[in-house]
Amino acid sequence: MSVAAPEERDGGAIRARGLSKRFGSLTAVDHVDLDVPAKHVYGFLGPNGSGKSTTIRMLCGLLTPSEGEIEVLGLQVPAQADELRTRIGYMTQRFSLFEDLTVRENLEFLAAIHDLPRERARARVDELIGEYDFADRQKQLAGTMSGGQKQRLALAGAVIHRPELLFLDEPTSAVDPESRRDFWEKLFELTDAGTTILVSTHLMDEAERCHRIAILDHGRLVADGTPAELEAALAGRTLLVHARDPRRAQQRITGIEGVLSVAQIGNALRVLVEKDRDAADRIREALQAVDREAGVEPVDPDLEDVFVSATAHGARERKHAA
Amino acid sequence: MKARRLGAIMLKELRQLRRDRVTLAMIVMVPVMQLVLFGYAINFNLRGLDAGIADQANTSASRALVMDMLATGVVKPALAVQTPQQLMEALRRGQISVGIAIPPDFEQRRAGGRTVAQILVDGSDSSVLGAASQLAQTPVDSSAPDTRAPLRSTPASGPISVVGFYNPQRRTAVNIVPGLIGIILTMTMVMFTSIAIVRERERGNMELLIATPLTSGELMIGKVLPYAGIGLIQTTLVLLLGVWLFDVPIRGEVLGVYVAAVLLILANLALGLMISTRAQSQFQSMQLTMFLFLPSILLSGFVFPFAGMPKIAQWLAEVLPLTHFLRLIRGVMLRGAGLSEMWIEVLALIAFIVVVMGVAISRFRKRLD
Repeated sequence: MSVAAPEERDGGAIRARGLSKRFGSLTAVDHVDLDVPAKHVYGFLGPNGSGKSTTIRMLCGLLTPSEGEIEVLGLQVPAQADELRTRIGYMTQRFSLFEDLTVRENLEFLAAIHDLPRERARARVDELIGEYDFADRQKQLAGTMSGGQKQRLALAGAVIHRPELLFLDEPTSAVDPESRRDFWEKLFELTDAGTTILVSTHLMDEAERCHRIAILDHGRLVADGTPAELEAALAGRTLLVHARDPRRAQQRITGIEGVLSVAQIGNALRVLVEKDRDAADRIREALQAVDREAGVEPVDPDLEDVFVSATAHGARERKHAA
Repeated sequence: MKARRLGAIMLKELRQLRRDRVTLAMIVMVPVMQLVLFGYAINFNLRGLDAGIADQANTSASRALVMDMLATGVVKPALAVQTPQQLMEALRRGQISVGIAIPPDFEQRRAGGRTVAQILVDGSDSSVLGAASQLAQTPVDSSAPDTRAPLRSTPASGPISVVGFYNPQRRTAVNIVPGLIGIILTMTMVMFTSIAIVRERERGNMELLIATPLTSGELMIGKVLPYAGIGLIQTTLVLLLGVWLFDVPIRGEVLGVYVAAVLLILANLALGLMISTRAQSQFQSMQLTMFLFLPSILLSGFVFPFAGMPKIAQWLAEVLPLTHFLRLIRGVMLRGAGLSEMWIEVLALIAFIVVVMGVAISRFRKRLD
């Protein structure tokens, strides 16, 4: 269930060319080109260590790129990072509000840091406390709240100055599914109001919700588009295999020419094959020999297939190099 | 208890220790530094006290007497003035710790067997007074040996009298309490600030703060000023208790005491900030604080008299803010000196604040790399 992208409005919010970051001999981000349209939820999908956080930190001017150009909201980064900071919100991966301050104290602090005049600050804090459902928790210490509540508070803090652009670094990785759904409701409310959101995640169901996604793998951008586009590109390449003994079937199928990945889903196997090969027939043949009842049928690709196919290429290259 | 599990804990501990470079350095540096500092700092044989000389007689015999006193090595000439009043002023300013006054009628007094010279001593440090008292033993070449009892009740009964000022009863509290303000401020201020910043980095708050329009200057100054207020409360507490419980005098202006305290507080806060730009954890900033605290205690003149330390230790001590603060606070509280009379110490503290604060702010970047 992918969300249809809103019609293209305005220009891009973020534009990066040849963005690279090296820490010593490690290349965390490797020549990434990025275009994030305004008023979209743009997802950064990638496994841990793929360079998502590093890219976000470079985009908001917290890290200096080793190479490349960045333009965010029309400002050059890092040169104009100070000006940029007044127009963006940044929600860190780890809860970074003050655990020994109350909900209200944290918000009041952030309002003052963002230079909101006293009167407006009070009104804004009240508004956020209502909107984010903290009315009966104003005086609770942030450190004593649950993961979901903390994330909600962190989001309220990140938007206190009504930023045009919001960076969220794996915002819901430590949150239960219901809190996650509420959290995403908030994000769409924000984009409706005109905010651009760049959110990183390693969760497929979150990526599905984004208007557009980019897949990062080992610091490289390996796919970029709307979830629907990316899934459509895989049409005909995903198969579902039913077999009496899925474990044995998996062993047989793995290694057949043209098979990219085989994953067990309950009693079935989900197989991703390369383009323009008769892999499906070869799988059928291989299985007939051991299991006469085995069936192979095509299924609609989902984002996980997109992800596997996008990252498989790099993985094979690295295997060859090793 | 199983040897295998015990061994696993020990191995884990050593592996972690090996990766903690600051702790590793402390294991070696603390004993080395303690040994060197104590070895240098503890010297009960005080020599080379700065002396001012007012020889109003200026005869060959009076000059010979002064030369004999200098020859003991207990004092070294630092100032030559005309009158005992000028000696008193220099003493109050802290420019000298000993004054040698020889009256114009030196020759007649010598012939008459009366007191021929007076040693004026800054008695706020009793070890200085003790050392200077040795000067009374200097033989005076007299043709008529004195057999009568001395007219004054001075510690030295002889032709040379020794007068200790500022702490005539030799009460230890009088010397210790002003210094204690410095010790307390040095310990707490450095630790508070360094930990306050490092804690935010450890907890991840720093990443939030640097992504906001907050400037480094606002962040640093905003973080240290509340502690400056706390430092002033501590100062007031020690002063009140010192006056009530130990009857410590405040002979100079109270404002001067607070100005001196503010200077030391700012110097220490700057130092704390500098530590915080280096330390990776709260534990490391504690260690670095203690590492800097040790030489402050030993070399500043709080425990051991400054004059008794070798040159190299004195130079090192001149870099420490506590050294200058101690001279200031003892001058203001015990000798009634004004800050303008001790401008060199004030200037030294200001220079320390400017340099260290500048280094701290330039080292602190609003970036993660």
